[in-house]
Amino acid sequence: MTESTTTQTTTSSGRTLRTEEMIINMGPQHPATHGVLRLELVVDGEIVQEVIPHIGYLHRCFEKHCEHMTNYQQVIPYVDRMDYCAAMNNEFAYVVAAERLLKIEVPERVQYIRVIMAELNRIASHLIAVGTYGIDIGAFTPFLYCFIDREMILDLFEMTCGARLLYNYMWIGGLSHDLPPEFIPKAKEFCRYYKKRIEEFNNLLTFNEIFVKRTASVGVLPKDVATNYGCTGPMLRGSGVDWDLRRDDPYSVYNKIEWDVCVGKGEVGTVGDCWDRHIVRMREMEQSLRIIEQAIAQLPEGNVQAAIPKRIRPNPGEVYARTESPRGELGFYIVSDGTATPYRVKGRAPAFSNLSVIGEISRGAMIADMIAIAGSTDIVLGEVDR
Amino acid sequence: MEQYLIPILTNILLALVPLVFVLVYALVTIYVEMKMAAHIQNRLAYMRTGWHGVLQPIADMLKLLQKEDTIPTVANKGLFILAPYVVFTGTYAAFAVIPFSSAYVGSNIDLGAFYLLGVSALVVVGILMGGWAANSKWTLYGGVRSAAQVISYEIPSAFVILAVVMVTGSMNFSVISKFQEGGIQNWLILGGAFPLAKKLALIPFMLIMFLIYYVSSMAESNRNPFDLPEAESELVQGYNTEYSGMKFAMFYLAEYANLFIVSAVVTFLFFGGWTSPLGAMASGPWWDAFWFVTKCMVFVVLNIWLRWTLPRFRVDQLMYMSWKVLTPFAIACVLAVGLILVW
Repeated sequence: MTESTTTQTTTSSGRTLRTEEMIINMGPQHPATHGVLRLELVVDGEIVQEVIPHIGYLHRCFEKHCEHMTNYQQVIPYVDRMDYCAAMNNEFAYVVAAERLLKIEVPERVQYIRVIMAELNRIASHLIAVGTYGIDIGAFTPFLYCFIDREMILDLFEMTCGARLLYNYMWIGGLSHDLPPEFIPKAKEFCRYYKKRIEEFNNLLTFNEIFVKRTASVGVLPKDVATNYGCTGPMLRGSGVDWDLRRDDPYSVYNKIEWDVCVGKGEVGTVGDCWDRHIVRMREMEQSLRIIEQAIAQLPEGNVQAAIPKRIRPNPGEVYARTESPRGELGFYIVSDGTATPYRVKGRAPAFSNLSVIGEISRGAMIADMIAIAGSTDIVLGEVDR
Repeated sequence: MEQYLIPILTNILLALVPLVFVLVYALVTIYVEMKMAAHIQNRLAYMRTGWHGVLQPIADMLKLLQKEDTIPTVANKGLFILAPYVVFTGTYAAFAVIPFSSAYVGSNIDLGAFYLLGVSALVVVGILMGGWAANSKWTLYGGVRSAAQVISYEIPSAFVILAVVMVTGSMNFSVISKFQEGGIQNWLILGGAFPLAKKLALIPFMLIMFLIYYVSSMAESNRNPFDLPEAESELVQGYNTEYSGMKFAMFYLAEYANLFIVSAVVTFLFFGGWTSPLGAMASGPWWDAFWFVTKCMVFVVLNIWLRWTLPRFRVDQLMYMSWKVLTPFAIACVLAVGLILVW
């Protein structure tokens, strides 16, 4: 708990009044905290003096659970539940780590399908991010537009693996199902359709005068602060740092695909403001479409379950593998003691580091700005608390 | 005895006409708003209660009537209970001077516009009361924001009303309406019933004043993009967070009634009030009522459309717009209109 400061104010008639900063709890059941986050605000009227995030309301002992699985495969459903908006990307990170630990090579087809799925899920996750960001700024309609489009992606996932949110699709060394024959035409159709929708969405929200006024030069996150706090993903790129693990520490087949890394340029305000973070997400969706189209074009034939090991018992050792999830650097650190159960699994959650910077960049902002800043960090509490 | 009783009863009956109207209008507008919002957002809204859900507003109202009426234990009970009724009284009282047609006006007083500005200000008192009495920090924010907002935006809108009153020479809405009789070309938005030169000089100012008034009226009715007092993502639900049941329904009803009032004032000031756009054709008491309600509904619908399209302003931007943009322009317009009238 913070102490609120008390000050004396003298009115024009000479009377002294005692004024005090107000402490106000935002959450854990507040509409703008995107889950069960509690922000303790110290406010002076509409001005926010201090923000203290209190986390842990969604702590599910993920890492401890992993140590008590009977094998490495059983961890995957738990990984799904970390960042439930982008479960595919979480599985991707875990299986890449596990495969490096086992030192196995997976077939090309599996690699490409994983990339397609991860990028589709990236779009779905960014859709939630920008949609709820619209709500935070006060526009409700864009949110529903986003959900219509997200629904199409979820349909694609459903036809592939039967699940819509938590897939358990990527297995160590392979995939649970091959793509159904109708997947490829549907995915191509989605790419064509969604390019137009991005434009429509930008006209409705991104370049809306009020939206720009609300987000430009608000919550500016300078480059050095971003790197010091360990921000990654659109948060870091919004601040103008050209860093994307898909390009800078390539995994899977990202090095065989051409696309651009989007960074914030301060087009309407300062580099690293809320609008930059928003536009980086919007542009990343376009780039994801490019990746999906190329991956579909290059998709080789093959068996997706050929390389799945019969029994997983890695040699004693440790591995850290990092991937670019929609929220930033998602890494898994796995220690093996040679048994069938992981000795230790540590998740490096991007949302956790991204959240930590809130206090720094929202000092002195107004309450409404504070909401805009919290929304632009795009946290998922399942990942923050694990 | 009887010579008093009959006028009193007549007055009560006359006063009940707007109440019946408000209730029916609120049900219709809630339905229209929900359906419009849904279609803007590419969904269907109510489909199950009656044909395309037409009975849903009635069902909603019945539900609100049955709901438990909770009062927070820490609340200031008296003020908490009183607040929604103060808000509704302020809005409903404004209907007294609104002439629905050439044949019906609750109270044909000469200070109509002045009275309307006065009683609408009562709404702020109610909102502030509710926000404070609930004893929650969020509602307090809502109440204070609302007070600041409504008071700020009353100034430009009062100036616009003043300018129109200068043109028409009366504060009585019936007279303002009559002034614009004779068809669409005589509406004040098109310069009013003046010789051509004067008309052309007035048109640009009338357009600006219409915009000023329309923006201020949106702010005064606390609706998006100016819905800061009940900004869901910031203040949970603002001043009415702690209200439930019938008291909440009162706030809700007052909001919709207020929406109608501001639309009615726009109609009177710029769009000919109850006069027919076709001149002598299609006029008469019933036609007048038809034209009036139709015009008002156009502005209500426009408001709903904007509400579901735009994001929300920030508090300081809201204040900036009122004090540094709208108010100076409104004052300039009053001056210009005055000069044109003298010329």
